[in-house]
Amino acid sequence: MPTLQDILGTILLQSYNTRVVVLGTAMLGLASGITGAFLLLRKRSLMGDALSHATFPGIGIAFALMISAGGSGKALPGLLTGATVSGVLGVLCMLAIRNTTRLRDDVAMGFVLSVFFGTGAAVYAMVQTKPGAAGLESFIYGKAASMVLSDVLLIFAVGLLVTATALLLLKELTVLCFDEGFAASTGWPVLTLDILLLVLVTAVTVTGLQAVGLVLIIAFLIIPPTAARFWTHSLRRMLVLSGAIGAVSGWLGASVSALFANLPAGALIVLTAATLFLFSLLFGTARGVVLKRIDQSRLQRRIGRQHLLRAAYEILETMGQPVSNQPIPRQRLLEHRSWANPELSRLLAQARHEDHIEPGPNPSLIHLSESGFGEASRITRNHRLWELYLITHADIAPSHVDRDADLVEHILGAEMVRALEAELKPRPVIPNSPHRIPSPP
Amino acid sequence: MTWTPDDTWIAATGALCALACSLPGCFLVLRKMSMMGDAISHAVLPGLAIAFLVTGDRASLPMFLGAAATGVLTAVFTQWITRFGNIDQGAAMGIVFTTLFALGLILIVQAADHVDLDPGCVLYGAIEFITFDTISLGPLEIPRAALVNGGALLLNLIVIAALYKELRLGSFDPGLADTLGFSSGLLHYLLMTLVAVTTVAAFESVGSIIVIAMMIVPPAAALLLTRRLLPMLLLSSAIAGGSAVLGHWAALVLPPMLGFERTNTSGMIAFTAGLLFTLAWIFSPTEGLLKRHTAASGPPGDPA
Repeated sequence: MPTLQDILGTILLQSYNTRVVVLGTAMLGLASGITGAFLLLRKRSLMGDALSHATFPGIGIAFALMISAGGSGKALPGLLTGATVSGVLGVLCMLAIRNTTRLRDDVAMGFVLSVFFGTGAAVYAMVQTKPGAAGLESFIYGKAASMVLSDVLLIFAVGLLVTATALLLLKELTVLCFDEGFAASTGWPVLTLDILLLVLVTAVTVTGLQAVGLVLIIAFLIIPPTAARFWTHSLRRMLVLSGAIGAVSGWLGASVSALFANLPAGALIVLTAATLFLFSLLFGTARGVVLKRIDQSRLQRRIGRQHLLRAAYEILETMGQPVSNQPIPRQRLLEHRSWANPELSRLLAQARHEDHIEPGPNPSLIHLSESGFGEASRITRNHRLWELYLITHADIAPSHVDRDADLVEHILGAEMVRALEAELKPRPVIPNSPHRIPSPP
Repeated sequence: MTWTPDDTWIAATGALCALACSLPGCFLVLRKMSMMGDAISHAVLPGLAIAFLVTGDRASLPMFLGAAATGVLTAVFTQWITRFGNIDQGAAMGIVFTTLFALGLILIVQAADHVDLDPGCVLYGAIEFITFDTISLGPLEIPRAALVNGGALLLNLIVIAALYKELRLGSFDPGLADTLGFSSGLLHYLLMTLVAVTTVAAFESVGSIIVIAMMIVPPAAALLLTRRLLPMLLLSSAIAGGSAVLGHWAALVLPPMLGFERTNTSGMIAFTAGLLFTLAWIFSPTEGLLKRHTAASGPPGDPA
């Protein structure tokens, strides 16, 4: 087990090897986090997957060409060029399919992925018998832990270039991602922008592929932006967060793998990013599941309370005019709306907790408290006002108005209520229901 | 070039596998989930590793079950993340399969401390070597891979024939399917189970390249030629079978022409499928590039 000192030393980048690997993966995480955000918004997250497979034939062909030209066949610039050319061809092929057929993005990506990868496998098997072909596949399954300084320099150069381009074209790319049709109709060069974005992705993918491997670069392009999406609705903030999540995953994952030598760095980085994703999915402040649930249940509670109090008021109305606060038999409440017995009990308990109901000795007689009665008349008044508004101004038949009013009244603000009152003056303090009120028994 | 009986078996097995994959592939393409085959073939790694760690043995059946279970889990997790997180299905799929793959890698490294377990050789069969692993059936020596893929094809045929109406409805209008009382969720998971079983059976016996390509390319080509489901299934099967046979033939013929010794049959099958797709793309009578070109360059206002 690593000691505390080891852990601190690794996280703070004290050893040279760790520093190289951690800085390289963190920079790659930043660049792919930013480009991936645009892919996510264009619903093309799996583009990295398609692209990284599409580079395969280019690597094999570049190798074969360099061999026949008398070279070593494994010169990195040559292989990278081959990979980039074939990746760009894949991108163009995908865009051509998308723009000239009715097949969707996912089919176009899947086509490019499988056909290019298969072709690559065929090319690779052909050149495999040539001398020096061994180890070509490590290009596809690169290892983060064996990154050297030249890799990191390349990553930094490409990463900075890609990030700078994406930020310079932020406005154009935003329009492309959110409203392609609008962009095209106002004269933006949509196709050029689309190609440019995918070239940026290709650059990140090819660099990352060689340095950290196929699955990690796919994950880097998808997971950070998706995680960032749960925290914000603003594109700028999302880009910053996505880059940060990518960088932090790279830094933490690579640090952990430096501590446990036999665990693959790429896998640990993916798992770190996945953990951050899970955390964001649950607790994200913009779209996180937990917060959404809390909001929903709060709204449900509010609607339940308003239904209960309005029902109580409507029953009181049938018990005699002018309406006065008197005990209501629980059975009447149960009959008034289609509540199930346990549901009504839950609502009553909640109302008692909120002091809208007097705690009484007899559970079958409900007595509203002073504040509960006031609240009930206020809620009923809002509901009636809204119903009247819908009838007089929205041409909705009186028989349909209750449900429509019910859908909106729970979110009526004080301002809106004032506006409605002004609109509907002069009216009694609490207007009568437009529905026929059942006559008192 | 000499075509031996082994070549016949390889082409036949390739065709069986291609058919088995292209049938559920049609539904995946229609449901905008065509990357599922690729996702599953990456995501099964932890299933294989766990099956190995539990049984301590590389026997096929536990491995197969582990892989198929993980394949179904991939679909389930993707569905959950899509629904609860309200995010794009492709992104959800990518998150699930990369995470599962990473988990699998770590488990395999743990297992490999005890015994040699190379992901490359455990995971993926190679179609060239299927004739070395045969099962005697009466007088015939049948490659195990042919039986496995034939079984997968049969399963797909039975399920699709039995649930043709429901699957069709579920693919085009899940809402209506729910309204009419067929649970589109249940159908979805049934289809995903079918995809997972087919994927695992096929890549375990003949390799993942054929699986991924055959789930997407023939259905996509067929979709360019027709807008009806039954013709699409038939065309897609024909294109899949044709790619397999032509692909293996090309794998024998092409390398000598280019001055190489041999190539990879799976890769050539995928390449051939790509060529057939390109033909459909250019020459499709209803919406091919040629048709579009002539339609676009015709005289303006010409109703034809």
